Amino acid sequence: MRHLRVLRQFWGSAIAAELEYRGNFFLATLSAIGLLVGSVFSLSLLYQGGYRPGGWRLEEALLVLGAFTALQGLAGTLFQPNLNRIVQQVQQGTLDFVLLKPVDSQFWLSTRMLSPWGLPDLLFGLGVWLYAGFRLGFGPLEHLAGLAFLGVAGFILYALWFILGTTSIWFVKVGNTTEVLRSLLEAGRYPIQAFPALYRLFFSFVVPVAFLTTVPAEAALGRASLNTLLVALGLMLVLFAFSRFFWRLALRSYTSASS
Amino acid sequence: MTRKLKALLQAQIALMLEYRAEVFLWALATALPLILMGVWTQAAEGGTFALSSQEMARYFLCVFVVRQLSVVWVIWEFEQDVVQGRLSFKLLRPIDPYWEHLMAHLAERITRFPFAVMLVALFVLIYPPARFAPEWGDLLLGIFTALAAFMLRFLMQYTFALLSFWIERAAAVEEGWFILYLFLSGLIAPLDVFPEVVRQIAFLTPFPYLVYFPASILAGIPVDLVQGFVVLGAWGVVFLVLNRWLWRRGLKQFSGMGA
Repeated sequence: MRHLRVLRQFWGSAIAAELEYRGNFFLATLSAIGLLVGSVFSLSLLYQGGYRPGGWRLEEALLVLGAFTALQGLAGTLFQPNLNRIVQQVQQGTLDFVLLKPVDSQFWLSTRMLSPWGLPDLLFGLGVWLYAGFRLGFGPLEHLAGLAFLGVAGFILYALWFILGTTSIWFVKVGNTTEVLRSLLEAGRYPIQAFPALYRLFFSFVVPVAFLTTVPAEAALGRASLNTLLVALGLMLVLFAFSRFFWRLALRSYTSASS
Repeated sequence: MTRKLKALLQAQIALMLEYRAEVFLWALATALPLILMGVWTQAAEGGTFALSSQEMARYFLCVFVVRQLSVVWVIWEFEQDVVQGRLSFKLLRPIDPYWEHLMAHLAERITRFPFAVMLVALFVLIYPPARFAPEWGDLLLGIFTALAAFMLRFLMQYTFALLSFWIERAAAVEEGWFILYLFLSGLIAPLDVFPEVVRQIAFLTPFPYLVYFPASILAGIPVDLVQGFVVLGAWGVVFLVLNRWLWRRGLKQFSGMGA
């Protein structure tokens, strides 16, 4: 409850600050539209001559693309601005002030900033998801299952970002590592079955991209086995717990900027 | 002139060597072509496409190489130079700032080269289908074309950068342009698999000559060389004229920060 109140304060002030630059929002929307059109175009290229990547129909693959776009929007709205701030605070030593606050430091650092510029992506992604669901004749139950696992995916993605952000305590400059993560996540545009075996292994077990976009779509389509869903839930819990443990561990070797 | 350029290049290489780790991560962060290689080789095996599975693998490996050779970021530097007034000091030097930026890019290329070669070697080691030996002629012509593509991309971005004399966020123009580049350059798929109409239109824009054209030459996929170099050259002239005109107009406009 207290956290919710804090959250309202955080986001209220963050949005108020960002609304000073309203022109940017227009640009962000334009570029989100451009990216979406391009993404659908590149997906449709695969459907020539009756080919179905990994046996997925176009509408089904659109679910995956919708999930991908929505998660990208979420990362742009919440994860990225906060992570950039962690790096900045470690560099400037202002992290000390956060650690002194009577609020859990991980909570503070993960939610302090909110950048509305990722919202167009988030909304368009959900729009694509809903459109594809409509074409596939989804009922409320299918949507619920799909969106629930999209939520799970959101937490997995959060944990990955925060774990990377935590390493900035030791390495300070991690901005470029997140670029590597982002470029690997691009694989989430396509259903995992569309990849060769070696890629499938890598994107399931090394970088869990499959659980971010393919599994939510499969959950909605009623195609995911119980095992897969349990693994997705387990992965979320493990990664989330690890992000907390890792943050504590990192704080032990934090020595502030001046000492 | 050559002595000045040599001095600039040496200084920039020294600077880049300080950022070895970053350069390595930048190289790693352009994994998109390698991800798409998975989707498209799989597709070419299962369906009927203009290119065979092996050609797809070669094509995307070459896209990766071309991308490594043609990364450009001049607009973000130039924008900051203008906004913060640093440009005033650069104008005092007896050489056009254009050369300093060009040498910085060249230096980055030289620093990145060993990492890029290492990544390609590592990738073909793990993923044998991508292995191939290019013809010597193709290799030389391909690298030459890739450098021409880099020059055009650099020139285009530098031209947009000059808009910072008038607008505060010139980079937004580049970001919009980049979306077109992303989808029309052949980065997401070789233009051979595009629908006929889209391909014909794309061939008139500068984008395919930035990635598709050099990558196809390197991969030994037949392309129309004459048309390619004519369009590439024509766009080069257009942007060169535009660039010099904006530079002269902009200098009159520029009053430095606080001046």
